[in-house]
Amino acid sequence: MGKLKTITRRGFLVGSAAIAGGAAFGVYNFKTPIKNPLLADLKNGEVALTPFIKITSDGVTLITPRADKGQGSYSMQMYLLAEELDVDPLTVQQTPGKPDAAYYNGVVIDEGAPGLGEIVGKLTGMQITGGSSTVPDMFVRLRYAGAVARETLKLAAANKFGADVASLKTENGSVVLADGRRVPYTELASAAASIEPVQDVTLRDEKQWRYLGKNMQRVDITPKSTGTEQYGIDKRMKGMLFATVRANPAMGAGVASYDASKAEQMLGVEKVVSIQSGVAVIATNTWLAFQAANAIDIVWNNGSFPSSSAEMWRVLEDHAKPEFQNVQRKSDGDVDVAFESGEVLEAEYRAPHLAHAPLEPMNAVVLVTDEAIDIWTGTQIPRFIEDHVAAATGRDKTEIRLHVEPMGGSFGRRLEDTYVLQAVEIAQAMKGTPVKMTWSREEDMAHDYPRPMALAKAKGKVSGKQIDALKLDLVSASLMGSQMGRLGLPAAGPDAMLTTGADDQPFAFNHYQVTGYKAPEMVPISSWRSVAASQNGFFHECFIDELVSQAGADPIAERIRLCNDEVSRKVLEEVAQISAWSGANPEQGRGRGVAFVRSFGVPVAEVIDVTMTDDGIRIDNVFVVADVGKVLDPINFEAQVYGAVIYGLGHAINSELTYENYKPQQTNYHTYQGMRLYQTPNIVVKGLENAEKIRGIGEPGLPPAAPALANAIFAATGKRMREMPFNKHIDFV
Amino acid sequence: MKLNINGEEREVEVPNEMPLLWVLRDELGLSGTKYGCGIAQCGACTVHLNGMAVRSCQIPVGAIGTSSVTTIEGIGTPDEPHPVQQAWIDDQVAQCGYCQSGQIMQAASMLKMNPNPSDEDIDKAMSGNLCRCGSYPRIREAIRRAVKNITEA
Repeated sequence: MGKLKTITRRGFLVGSAAIAGGAAFGVYNFKTPIKNPLLADLKNGEVALTPFIKITSDGVTLITPRADKGQGSYSMQMYLLAEELDVDPLTVQQTPGKPDAAYYNGVVIDEGAPGLGEIVGKLTGMQITGGSSTVPDMFVRLRYAGAVARETLKLAAANKFGADVASLKTENGSVVLADGRRVPYTELASAAASIEPVQDVTLRDEKQWRYLGKNMQRVDITPKSTGTEQYGIDKRMKGMLFATVRANPAMGAGVASYDASKAEQMLGVEKVVSIQSGVAVIATNTWLAFQAANAIDIVWNNGSFPSSSAEMWRVLEDHAKPEFQNVQRKSDGDVDVAFESGEVLEAEYRAPHLAHAPLEPMNAVVLVTDEAIDIWTGTQIPRFIEDHVAAATGRDKTEIRLHVEPMGGSFGRRLEDTYVLQAVEIAQAMKGTPVKMTWSREEDMAHDYPRPMALAKAKGKVSGKQIDALKLDLVSASLMGSQMGRLGLPAAGPDAMLTTGADDQPFAFNHYQVTGYKAPEMVPISSWRSVAASQNGFFHECFIDELVSQAGADPIAERIRLCNDEVSRKVLEEVAQISAWSGANPEQGRGRGVAFVRSFGVPVAEVIDVTMTDDGIRIDNVFVVADVGKVLDPINFEAQVYGAVIYGLGHAINSELTYENYKPQQTNYHTYQGMRLYQTPNIVVKGLENAEKIRGIGEPGLPPAAPALANAIFAATGKRMREMPFNKHIDFV
Repeated sequence: MKLNINGEEREVEVPNEMPLLWVLRDELGLSGTKYGCGIAQCGACTVHLNGMAVRSCQIPVGAIGTSSVTTIEGIGTPDEPHPVQQAWIDDQVAQCGYCQSGQIMQAASMLKMNPNPSDEDIDKAMSGNLCRCGSYPRIREAIRRAVKNITEA
C-alpha cells in the first residue's frame, strides 16, 4: 500500500499534461485572448466577429470545429450559434474550419483531471472531439459567439442608419430597423468589420429559445438520406490515384522482407511503395490496389508484446499483485476487516479487446507539392495530425493543410492517426499526384487500436438484507499511457482510467475499495465509446447484482438505499417508474435486470427485459433514464441513447478480438457482428434535467447496457455472465 | 463494356471480374454506394439489379450484361426524394449515415415486392444491413412511415 499513498487526487495521468502545459506557457498566455484564425483569410468587405462566424456579401458561414462522426455535433454547434445569432441553420453555410488553437477543448481533460480542462485545453490549443464533451464545452461558448456577432451587427446597423441600438431587433439573418426595414447581415459585413466587436453581451433566457430544447432538423439529414453526403472516402480529385496498404498487425514491428514482383506486374498497378509499417500499392482504382496488395508475399517482424490473447490474459493475472497497484481513489471503511467474518462472495470478471470497427474503413486523400501537404480525412484530432505529419516529413507546420471530412462513424477510432501518416508516406512517393488511400476491412480490423482487455477480481459481503462491503481489483494496461503516448503528451503517474466507471459511482457502502493495477501495454489500445466505463461499469454493476441477489434485496431498492447523490437517485426512481418495475422475476422464463453507471458526469439507469426461448435469450425491452442537466435536442438525444445501448449490447452479446500470432482472428463483420436489426429490442428513453451542469449524451448510455443484460439473463436463467461476449456462455436468438 | 446505370448507358474499360461496387465508385464516380466489408456482410453497397436488391461487392461487372443497375442516386434526389428517402428524412434515421444508402435501397426493394410488410418481414429483409451507429429503431419507424407514404401517394 505504501506506493499508493503518494498519489494525490489531482495527480492523474492526464493532469500531468496540464502541468507541462502550464510550465511551458505560463499564466500570461492563459489570460491572453486567443487570436481569431478567420481574420487571416478575410477579403475586403468580409467580417469574422468571432472564430466561429464569418459573414461575407454572399452569406453567413458557421464554423463547427468539433468533428461529426455521426453523433450530430455539426448540427448542435450550428443551432447553438444560430440561437443567439438569429439565422436559420438549414440555410446558412457550414464548415469545420481550419484546425486552430482557438478551437481548443476546455472540458475533455476534466474527466481525468477535474477542474483542469479549461487550463490545459487553452494552453495547449488542444482541438479534440471526444469524451462526450462537445455540448458541455460549447453550450455557453457558441451562444456567446452568436450573441457577440449579433450585437456587433446591430451596432454596425445603428451607425449606418443613425439609429438607436436599443430600437433594433434581429431576425432570420437580418437586423430589423424600428420602421420594419430589414437589413441582411450580408449587407452589414463591411461596416461590422470596421468596428470593435461588442463583448459585453447577455445570453438569452431559455424561455426565449427558438431552437434549443426542441427537436432539431439535422443539417446533414437530406444528404445522408440521398447518397449525396461526401465522406472522406468519397473524395475525388482530377488525376487522383488509388492506394491501399498492408501493415504489420504486430503494430510498430514493421517488415522483415517482402516480394512484390507479382503485384508489380498486375493490371493498373502504378507503384509498390515500402512504408514504415508495411507495404503500399498505388493503382488506377481501389479494387486493383486491393488485389495487388494481396498478391505481395510479406514476412513480418515479430511484435514486442505477447502474441496471443491467452498469453495476454496471463500477463493480466500476473499483475493483480500489490507491486502493480497504480491508482486507488476509493477506500471507505475497511474491507479487510469486513472480510474477516461472515460469508465472503468472490467472483472474477473479464472483458475482451474490442474493435471500434466504424463502417467507413480508414482512409485519407493526400496531395504532396512543393508548396504544401494537403490532407483530406475524417479525424477527431486535427491539430495533432498536423504536428505528427510535420514531424514525420520535416515540413514546416504551416505547410501541412488538413481538411476535415464527414465521417462514417468512429466510436473513438479516429482519435488515432496512423492511417493518415501512411497516406502521407504514400503520397510523398507520388509528388504532385493526389492519392486516395483506402484500407480494406481486413486491414481495418487488424489495426483498430482496441478497447483494452480487462480483468476484475471482486469480493463482497452482505449483512442481513443489505450489501455491506465491496472490493474490486481491476487489472488492465494503461489506456491513457498508450493513447497519450502516441499524442505526444506526458504519460507519467497513475492512470485514473484503470478504475473510472467503478470508483466514481454515487454509492456508499460501509466498506468500499476500488484499486487499479497496471499491466504493460501489449497491443496498442485506445478510447472506445465510453472508454473505461464500458468495462469497469460492467464489473461493478454485475457484482453489485450478485451481492443484491445474495442479500435477497430488490436490485433497484438496494441501489436507491446505497445512493448518495440526489440526481442519481431520481434517475433510479424514474427507471423503476417507466419500466413498471416490480422485481427481477416477473414470470417464469423471463428476467429483468437493472444497471446504473454514471459516466462523463451523466447518471444513467437501464432496465432490460429478456425471455429465455427455445433458441436462446431474446432481448425484449430496454428502459433508459439519463440526466444531462438540459436536453437540447430531444430527437437526437433519443437517437444517441439508442445507438449507445445497441453498441453496448451488440458487443456484449457477440464481439471480441482474440489474438493469435499478433493478429486478431476476427477479420471482418462475419466474425465481429455487433447487433443487427432483428435482435434490436424495443428501447424507451427518458431524459431528466435535475443535474446542475449540462452534459453530453454520445457515450453515457453505453456502460449500463451490458451489465443490465447480464443481470436480466441471471434473473431469467440463474446463470451469471462474468465474461464478455456472453455468447460464449449462452445462446441468443 | 456497356452498362445500363440509372437509366443511362455508361461505358467502362475494366476487367470482367471487377465488382460492380468499385466500378460505380472509382470508375463512374457514383460514390453514394459504399464499401464497408467486401464480403456481403454489411449491405452498405446495396444497389438494385433489375429492381432487386443485391450486394454490388459480389457482382462481377462482366456478369451484368444488359440488366439495369439502379443506385441510390437513381431513385431520388435531395430535391425530389423517393418516398423511402423522404421517410428517412422525416424520421431522422441517419447518424453517421454511411450505411443508409444500402439500408434505403434494401428497404425500397422490399417494399416494391411486399408493400405492407409485417414486423417479421422487416426484420428478415433488413438484417443483412449492418448499422454500427444503432439506427435500427428509426429504420423500423421509417419503413412504417414509407408504407404509409406510398399507400397514400
